[in-house]
Amino acid sequence: MNARTKFSVIGKPRRRVDARSKVTGLTRFADDLVLPRMLHAKLLRSPHPHARIDSIDTSRAERHPGVHLVLTGKDFPVSFGIMPVSQDEYPLAPERVRYVGDPLAAVIAKDEQTAAEAVELIEVKYAPLLTIATPEEALAHPEARIHEYGENGNIHRNQAYEFGDVDEALAESDHVFEDLFFFQGNTHLPIEQHASLAAVDGEGKLTLWSSTQVPHYIHRALARALQMPAAHIRVIACPNGGGFGGKCDLHNHEIVVSRAAIRLGRPVKICLTREEVFYMHRGRHPVLMKFRTGVNKDGKITGMHLQTLLDGGGYGSYGPASTFYTGVLQPVTYELPRYKFEACRVFTNKPACGPKRGHGTPQPRFGQEVQLDKIAERLRIDPAVLRLNMVAKPNSLTANWLRIGTIGLAECIREVVRISGWNEKHRKLPEGRGVGIACSAYMSGAGLPIYWNKMPHSGVQLLLDRSGQVTVFCGATEIGQGSDDVLAAIVAEVLGIDAYDVRCMTGDTGLTPIDLGSYSSRVTVMMGNAAIQAAENLREMLAEAAAEHLEVLPDRIVLAQGRAFLADDPGRGIDFRAAVELAETKHGTLGSVGSYTPPRPPARYKGGGVGPSPAYSYTACVVEVEVDPSTGWITVPKVWIAHDIGRSINPVSVRGQVEGSVYMGLGEALMEEQVFRRLPPKLSNALVHRIPSLLEYKSLTSLDMPEVETVLIEDPDPNCPFGAKEVGQGPLLPVMPAVANAVWDAIGVRIDEVPITPDKVLEALEKKAKGENPRVGPEHFPAVPYPEPIFVAPPWEGGDGNAQKPPRRAKEAVTS
Amino acid sequence: MMRLPWFRHYAPRLLAEAARILAGEGPQAMLIAGGTDLLPNMKRRHQTPAALVSLARVEGLKNISNGSGLALGAGLTLSAVVHSAAVREKYAGLYQAAAQVATTHLRNMGTLGGNLCLDTRCNYYNQNYEWRKAIDFCMKKDGEICWVATGSKRCVAVSSTDTAPALISLGAMVRLVSASGERELAVADLYRNDGIDYLARKPDEIVTEVRLPSAAGWKSSYWKLRRRGAFDFPVLGVAAAVKIASDGTVEQARIALGGVASRPFLVDKAGELLAGRRLTDEAIAEVGGLVASRAKPMDNTDMEIYWRKSVVSSFVAHALKEVRGDDMRSTRLRIARQEL
Repeated sequence: MNARTKFSVIGKPRRRVDARSKVTGLTRFADDLVLPRMLHAKLLRSPHPHARIDSIDTSRAERHPGVHLVLTGKDFPVSFGIMPVSQDEYPLAPERVRYVGDPLAAVIAKDEQTAAEAVELIEVKYAPLLTIATPEEALAHPEARIHEYGENGNIHRNQAYEFGDVDEALAESDHVFEDLFFFQGNTHLPIEQHASLAAVDGEGKLTLWSSTQVPHYIHRALARALQMPAAHIRVIACPNGGGFGGKCDLHNHEIVVSRAAIRLGRPVKICLTREEVFYMHRGRHPVLMKFRTGVNKDGKITGMHLQTLLDGGGYGSYGPASTFYTGVLQPVTYELPRYKFEACRVFTNKPACGPKRGHGTPQPRFGQEVQLDKIAERLRIDPAVLRLNMVAKPNSLTANWLRIGTIGLAECIREVVRISGWNEKHRKLPEGRGVGIACSAYMSGAGLPIYWNKMPHSGVQLLLDRSGQVTVFCGATEIGQGSDDVLAAIVAEVLGIDAYDVRCMTGDTGLTPIDLGSYSSRVTVMMGNAAIQAAENLREMLAEAAAEHLEVLPDRIVLAQGRAFLADDPGRGIDFRAAVELAETKHGTLGSVGSYTPPRPPARYKGGGVGPSPAYSYTACVVEVEVDPSTGWITVPKVWIAHDIGRSINPVSVRGQVEGSVYMGLGEALMEEQVFRRLPPKLSNALVHRIPSLLEYKSLTSLDMPEVETVLIEDPDPNCPFGAKEVGQGPLLPVMPAVANAVWDAIGVRIDEVPITPDKVLEALEKKAKGENPRVGPEHFPAVPYPEPIFVAPPWEGGDGNAQKPPRRAKEAVTS
Repeated sequence: MMRLPWFRHYAPRLLAEAARILAGEGPQAMLIAGGTDLLPNMKRRHQTPAALVSLARVEGLKNISNGSGLALGAGLTLSAVVHSAAVREKYAGLYQAAAQVATTHLRNMGTLGGNLCLDTRCNYYNQNYEWRKAIDFCMKKDGEICWVATGSKRCVAVSSTDTAPALISLGAMVRLVSASGERELAVADLYRNDGIDYLARKPDEIVTEVRLPSAAGWKSSYWKLRRRGAFDFPVLGVAAAVKIASDGTVEQARIALGGVASRPFLVDKAGELLAGRRLTDEAIAEVGGLVASRAKPMDNTDMEIYWRKSVVSSFVAHALKEVRGDDMRSTRLRIARQEL
């Protein structure tokens, strides 16, 4: 199938199959759902960042007219968490609250207003505990310990890996560059606020409709949280009004409305306010980074030592994975002979961080791409050429044992250099104007699921009947990214019909085969491969029946344009519906299934399961900026971006994802920050989100969005459906460092952190004027007690993918 | 979603009736026009009025009349002000200010009078009830202390109206009507430098009209500093109006600031400094320094406080250069993200 080059649906720019419903407002999101006898829930959230709950008195709330039920921590004895290793949350905090906004009681009432009034009547006595506001405080204060599990004190995760002797590599390098970077946290900002509706049927079985990207994981976690058989729970993922990773956890409110619906026998709904969405968060971790990179005169990297420190917030969430992702994908972009990576995630009294578009990788990508710009500057090599000279090799293994297939990065760099006029602009524009370049790589789906199993990652089921209708079932979830369109397009292409004639039934654990969910850019590749398999099975049945009727051999039959006909005599054939009737007559009721499991990763060391992917996408980006030297005001007039997509299923959607990534990337580069306000500790324990509102949490408006010129590089990847790689996350990554590098080209100052704001630019300009280092960024990396690294020899140093004893080191012998 | 508290609602048709209801209800009643400021504030429990007296149906508040100057009804939507040819042609500063308030949707609802009476803003105050509870509230509402300046005796919430500095620079007056009579005030005198008690308007008075003096010989300009090209309140507003004599010298000039105090204000001595001089780069820089010294931003809005202060003179220069006739379109596009 991948070898085919002529398609009817694939690669054609089309209106999405769900576009009309979306633009006419007919799509029903979770908050649009209304059921008879439905009740409404509101949560009481902690006003303290860190406190013991001494008592909760709900009696006044229970007596409030219109209140049906009040729930507290004692109604939920079982903890939960999205990863098996982070079962550290309770639907309602029973003993301890860990951030301002942590829910500890719920009121279910006849309407939202009544529930909100009754929440105010709940009386809670708190005993405040020491507030841990920053990673530095978390490292300095093992007590008060935010969780009783983890490495020790307030360190949640702490890990180190070394792939070849990095110190030796750095010692033998012509130059060693050491740089600190900081990436501020930011949040997903989906326009749809999280909403959930739970209902039980007459048999006591539960259905949960929810804004979720991962109905299968929710299904599993909910069964455990409610201590109910999974077979009695059905989770339906409603179309999401944006997810970006913020709807990948099981959330407190989903369990609360489920429990309430079971208890009351009536439907219960909740819709979070915008403030509450900021509290659910699970967004980009603030990460402090230290890079030590060895480079030879020719600009080739000899080794890299990366240290990261993640501010995790109050709970685990996907944090264990996020911690890995601040390091594991670094070797996928450029040739990196040796690599050492140390990462530490700490707990703080803030909303939990988790996965946001790019999950853990945009932060180190920012650091590396800005450092490469500094390296190019020092070595007097063009930054585009520097990168082009060391693009990772196709069909290779990285130092940390990730298998790379196709790589379109060199082509991306060449294209973006060409269309941006890079060679005429870089270091040549007048003072105050500049261009910057950066590149990136991203996974097309995580190679392993978040709980250990060897079953398929995606399943697709097809149903055809004599009416000619085609229905495709898959657990994949439409979060606005266009997965239903991909599913319909693939089935339509294989069966030779129109994509608009395929009905998609997706994201329903009661009806659809399991797909792990819309995260890690996995859906097109995994669902797509499963869909091809299912559709091919049915295509064969149709071809057989049609061939019998036309009295030819089945391999002469082509399905296209809604017909089954002879390849060498297109006039001879029957229409699709007739072919289905013949097939139903011949085979009985028509149906088929397909499934997909990613290839087994080559790494054998513990932790080697994070990072492998069936394919990696690549992106290169050039950003132009104008900086006013008197105010530091930054304007981005244009962005050029080239993305290695493998093959576009629907180029309109692909371009939309690229532009959406540029939009989100510019927001992170220039203004977005999830930041907190600590009041003077002498006067208050308070630690609150500074700006939990759509007005004050700044993201770009349409007026702030520059023109974007997108190029798609199509080099089909054999592991991918029709060769199609991911596009949902990768194109975000190079935007932030490209902005930073453009600011340098424009006015000669380095802003080694995001967001890059005019006050930082002006501060750097003032330093420059005084003859100081024209840089704003972190000055200090705290002493993190990283463990001894797990040592793995890179493939080219005779390794077999297993951990081994590290080589004896001269330096250690001296110091010990 | 957040819900409104309960309130009684009046929708009178006559101004006298509105004034009478307002007087009868006492200070527990509030006026509502477009509601774009008040209703979100009520949802956050900043104001919980027992009664709302709507001005939406009151006759005579949406007139635009030409005389020697221009009279604008306080009930005109900001969009109506923006689309008024008379405003665009003669009072560019007001047009530029009104056009940059919030978003198109909010300008279609929000009124000129409402923008003048806009509640002062502060990052410690413009939060919902639960958030404010988490900081034990603040002086402006339900609490004791000012968290922006813990030693401050007064609330330092920020005046965030765009149209007021423009109108002050243009020398505009407002008419206030109550059950017991009416009066006129200079727009500058409508305000007090107090984040809580920020209006000189009495609780029973209704702002009915804004009167602009003749624009003959005057040129004006408004420059707004905010993070983005839409939505955001000003963290600095610079309004300049200059009357230039036939010999090219400044006959009269007024510069007003918004977003840097609890009130919008006319910068003393700026006019004197420019009077009799040409708008040279040197004169502009000199007055920019003077104006900047009067800006006292506090750390309670978007963007970094010292940086906000450091860019005041640049914004003064933008405004005066535009008045001088320089082509400021590309600078305007970079800062406002739109043509104005």
